[in-house]
Amino acid sequence: MSQFLPDYIVTYLPDAIQLIYLVATAFFIRGLKLLGSPATARKGNQLAAIGMLIGIIVTLFDQQIISFEWIVIGVIVGSLIGAVLAKKVAMTAMPELVAVFNGFGGGASALVAWGELSKYSDPSLMDTTSLVTTGLSIFIGALTLTGSFIAFGKLKGFISGNAITFPGLNFINIGSMIGVIALIGVFTFDPSNQTIFWVILGLSLLIGITSVIPIGGADMPVVISLLNSYSGLAASLAGFVLGNTLLIVSGALVGAAGLILTQIMCKAMNRSLFNVIFGSFGGSTSGSSDSGTDGDKTVRETSATDLAIQVAYASKVVIVPGYGLAVAQAQHIVKEVAANLEERGVQVKYGIHPVAGRMPGHMNVLLAEADVPYDELYDMDQINPEFATTDVVLVIGANDVVNPMSKTSPDSPIYGMPILNVDEAKRTVVFKRSLSFGYAGIDNPLFYQEKNQMFFGDAKKSLQALNEALKDV
Amino acid sequence: MTEIPLILLLFIFVLACFIGFELISKVPPTLHTPLMSGANAISGITIVGALIVTGTQGGLITQILGVTAIIFATINVVGGFMVTDRMLEMFKKKGDDK
Repeated sequence: MSQFLPDYIVTYLPDAIQLIYLVATAFFIRGLKLLGSPATARKGNQLAAIGMLIGIIVTLFDQQIISFEWIVIGVIVGSLIGAVLAKKVAMTAMPELVAVFNGFGGGASALVAWGELSKYSDPSLMDTTSLVTTGLSIFIGALTLTGSFIAFGKLKGFISGNAITFPGLNFINIGSMIGVIALIGVFTFDPSNQTIFWVILGLSLLIGITSVIPIGGADMPVVISLLNSYSGLAASLAGFVLGNTLLIVSGALVGAAGLILTQIMCKAMNRSLFNVIFGSFGGSTSGSSDSGTDGDKTVRETSATDLAIQVAYASKVVIVPGYGLAVAQAQHIVKEVAANLEERGVQVKYGIHPVAGRMPGHMNVLLAEADVPYDELYDMDQINPEFATTDVVLVIGANDVVNPMSKTSPDSPIYGMPILNVDEAKRTVVFKRSLSFGYAGIDNPLFYQEKNQMFFGDAKKSLQALNEALKDV
Repeated sequence: MTEIPLILLLFIFVLACFIGFELISKVPPTLHTPLMSGANAISGITIVGALIVTGTQGGLITQILGVTAIIFATINVVGGFMVTDRMLEMFKKKGDDK
């Protein structure tokens, strides 16, 4: 748009653009900071959005930009698709949606680097830095694209949540990654070689698929978080290709932030990132043949009326939600039950495991949708000391996060993962459709404990029945 | 565009990484999903690169790559910020108007 400005302004334009980029960066940093506290998070997100708008508008004044038709078309199409997805998708499908958006972001960065490369009729005219960062940007952007869509497919159930793997896959993946990096080196010296370029692109897309496929569904939150970090890094690398400061800084911010978040999540599961990526853990033991009839494994069933009496006369009830709650869309009815109990003077708290659901904070978002006030939600560290004084724990659609095997059985895949110590409570009631295994694919001894009762059925229907029964107590 | 020396670009890259690390270290788990989503929307900043690639003089291939990049990045930006806002809209303290 610089052509519409008088010459004396155009002279200062490049510096002015850099200054305004700095302002946009400040908005991003402030926005990310505010996103860290519940009271200010919404404002933080809005600040970041304003920063983005500033960045986009000021870029349109860049003197390199001379044609706008395609830009307008692209922005309109992208905005429509993005807005429809953001408005229409149910809250329960939030993790998948974030994975999809993330894939598009990574793909865009790869395309930016590729587009810049395509401008050179002779790519060897590009300087070495640009060539290296172009190669890396395409590599990371492309693997983010395919990796995110595999993660989406796994969460959506299009692709088996089990760890799909075969011996040697890790070596093939590591080998391919080293291969791509070596090829980027070759590409830097011989950028005109089309074949090398296509092999880099093809291998990168493939690595995204083959490195996410072997990771079990239970670890998808960590994977999405890591891919989020990658898409930031890809954007930053694209910034190096174009020499654009705003891209470099914002991409680096997201890359670093995503990495920290990934680490926090790994820590919550007591596993290293390396173990998540190469461990092929989760859902690997197939089958749910355990029927609870094996000799020493007896479960006690409960009914809506029976449970209603127990909770109505309890003084403290803790609700532990899991992915089953999301699947059954039971967040609203759980809130009704809680409200009902609170009216009777029962103290109700929610105990949220950091990796409950399919993403960190998944349960918080879900319960927030049902208007559960966030100060009733307690983190693992806050709620664990309270179980000893709790009368009834309602475990709704959660499994691995309350599995005592993580403490007792060193050969269990979840050994060492901190869990919610629900077995310290006077009674636990597990809402579950069957005795099938959780995402980690292992049995849960909690179900067979004497203090535990099972309430079989769809979480939503069970809770509705409980709610009805409460009226008669 | 003003040419900025590579070494300075590396400086801002590394410093920005440190800011990113520090910003996130103190976030309650409640906000992890919105934070991931919000950060993800910011990574859509690559739209700026897409605008520059598309708007500058280039051949047909560049145009096609550029427009696809704009579409992808805009989905990321618009969708990302909107969905984050939708999540955060629901966070209410007890006693807030329901």
